[in-house]
Amino acid sequence: MASPALAIKTEGLSKRYRLGATTASYATLAESIANFVRRGGRQAKASRVLWALRDVSIEIEPGETVAFIGRNGAGKSTLLKILARITSPTEGYATLHGRVGSLLEVGTGFHGELSGRENVYLNGALLGLTRREIDQRFDEIVAFSEVEEFLDTPVKRYSSGMAVRLAFSVAAHLEPEILLVDEVLAVGDLAFQRKCLGKMSEVASAGRTVIFVSHNMAVIQALCRRGIYLEHGEVQTDGPIQAAVTDYLRALEDKAEALDLSERTDRRGTQEVRLQRIGIRGPDGSGTIASGAPAEFSFELIGMTRGLSCRFIVYDQLGHPVTSVSSAQPAPQDVYEHQDEPHFDCHIDELLLVPGRYRLDVQIHGGGQLQDRVEGAAYFDVVDAIVGGRPISMGESVGHLVLPTRWVGPKSGVG
Amino acid sequence: MAAAEPSIEIPTVRIDPPRGLIGFDLKPLWEYRQLVFFLTWRDLKVRYKQTALGASWALLQPLLATVVFTIFFGRVAHLSSDVAPYMIFSFAGTLPWTYFSNAMTMGSNSLVSAATMITKVYFPRIALPISSVLGCAFDFFCAAFLIIPMMAWFGISPSLRLLTLPFFFLLATATALGVSFLFAALNVRYRDVKYVMPFLTQIWLFATPVVYSASGLHQPWRALYGLNPMVGVINGFRWAIVGSGQAPGLTTVASVATTLVLLVIGAVYLRRVDQSMADVI
Repeated sequence: MASPALAIKTEGLSKRYRLGATTASYATLAESIANFVRRGGRQAKASRVLWALRDVSIEIEPGETVAFIGRNGAGKSTLLKILARITSPTEGYATLHGRVGSLLEVGTGFHGELSGRENVYLNGALLGLTRREIDQRFDEIVAFSEVEEFLDTPVKRYSSGMAVRLAFSVAAHLEPEILLVDEVLAVGDLAFQRKCLGKMSEVASAGRTVIFVSHNMAVIQALCRRGIYLEHGEVQTDGPIQAAVTDYLRALEDKAEALDLSERTDRRGTQEVRLQRIGIRGPDGSGTIASGAPAEFSFELIGMTRGLSCRFIVYDQLGHPVTSVSSAQPAPQDVYEHQDEPHFDCHIDELLLVPGRYRLDVQIHGGGQLQDRVEGAAYFDVVDAIVGGRPISMGESVGHLVLPTRWVGPKSGVG
Repeated sequence: MAAAEPSIEIPTVRIDPPRGLIGFDLKPLWEYRQLVFFLTWRDLKVRYKQTALGASWALLQPLLATVVFTIFFGRVAHLSSDVAPYMIFSFAGTLPWTYFSNAMTMGSNSLVSAATMITKVYFPRIALPISSVLGCAFDFFCAAFLIIPMMAWFGISPSLRLLTLPFFFLLATATALGVSFLFAALNVRYRDVKYVMPFLTQIWLFATPVVYSASGLHQPWRALYGLNPMVGVINGFRWAIVGSGQAPGLTTVASVATTLVLLVIGAVYLRRVDQSMADVI
């Protein structure tokens, strides 16, 4: 008899972070003691308080596949971390019915000096498996990871792809009742990503509960039936995945329109370099971008560090990724010049996108680190145009891509 | 969709906000006992990788210290070693001391050096300092076998007193655990600990009769001195191995008492920090 218990239930779950000098993460002992004395032994009053999560009450049935959706800093990762017991809530509680497996970042706990085989055992133990359980699954894990030949090689000699494959395999064979997954699929090659997705839907169809966090709406919609859209730590939408995704995408667009890019705080990265402004121009310098015509995307930055590179991802209106463009791999036609205010200009000779509305997520890397990442940094419309002498219009196009074509066919009207 | 397989026991976990000084719960540690084993094994495996002498370092550390102490303190400074030859007197001190100081240093660093694990995965954090100390205990066991040839060399016949060694080993272990819990937890928030540890180790060495003998002291000073748990440990080791000094008594009781207090304070403080560790580390 199946128990009627919920897989996950949270009640008024809240998480507060104190931001301020007195609780800086690297406070020194002397500072703390001095502060304590100054306050006369009373509890510190933080200069700023941030509610990463506020009054979240959700109920998830066993076997549900749920996506947490939201912008950077909306609280989705915090919620996942609380459910994974990595951090504790400030208020409220959560009950989890079943063993929890988390793939918050695969490969954690891998030690470079140890061999692949040894790391499988260590990582398994870290995820809560017993030695016997790992023994039982060992062959399956290794087969899935495709690194059989290198099992006795230290992991430090692995390529990063191999290490990730092995790590994901261990985690995927946990067989927990509740699986928490955070953006793991951003790594690994395409074939392996597909394999991971397959494994995850297999897990879901076996009646286990899967909670998934990703920025890729296409993957989310393929995998999850229910979506919980979070904003400022609060649940905005909780319902069918389509409704949650739509609400999220609309809010993302509203935000981009309402707020100047330089004022936005929903960013990730070290912030030594920040994206200030984005300009998107058509061939005549105007804001109109036509299908198949030249276009220029410019990114103005503030701050400077060595080795800057710019990457942006274009999404369609459904939140599905269309393409990504990056300056990280140099090409002979690139120009690097002295700039007083750092900026990247991306020139596109022919913007072969189907007419429609598109969104840009921008990432700035520098000094080997992610400096800034803004989701929904800009929106642009591609208008109907003539590509290769042929009219292309929004109504008649399917997909994202326009191909200039030349046809050969039968002549009409001549008997 | 109903759960497919009729699982016999599906555990239910309740996640609550941290509350004050809550009691120490051993259940999660027991559930993760295999992790403690694997972490210990990893520490040992990694520690001697890419070293030319490998695990012989476990023997060399106390042995070299003994030789150096014998030359400088025994021969040059002519420190008293009670009745025993200075070398074995010194070894009976450096053996537990090397164990304790290594365990304390590694234990105190165990949480900070596993920061990525702590911010990504749940497991009882206390497993980290425990496995660091256990890794050092393994080294201790290897080195402890040197007692046999050394006793033979100096013509000391073994006595039943040797059977008390496990007790003194446990006392040293408990002290190392207590200090490790406390400093590992402090280290999460205050990186000052990194600078305090070498200094603390040195001061503690001076305050412990490793190179000298404590038999000059009389009661009640001797018992007071025993509040340093390592005094109880090292007096015990000397008494058990070479029969020098006084039999364990009030000094040992004082040492055990301090150790228990340390252990409780360390465990409770670690438990308190545990809940917010991932946000701070």
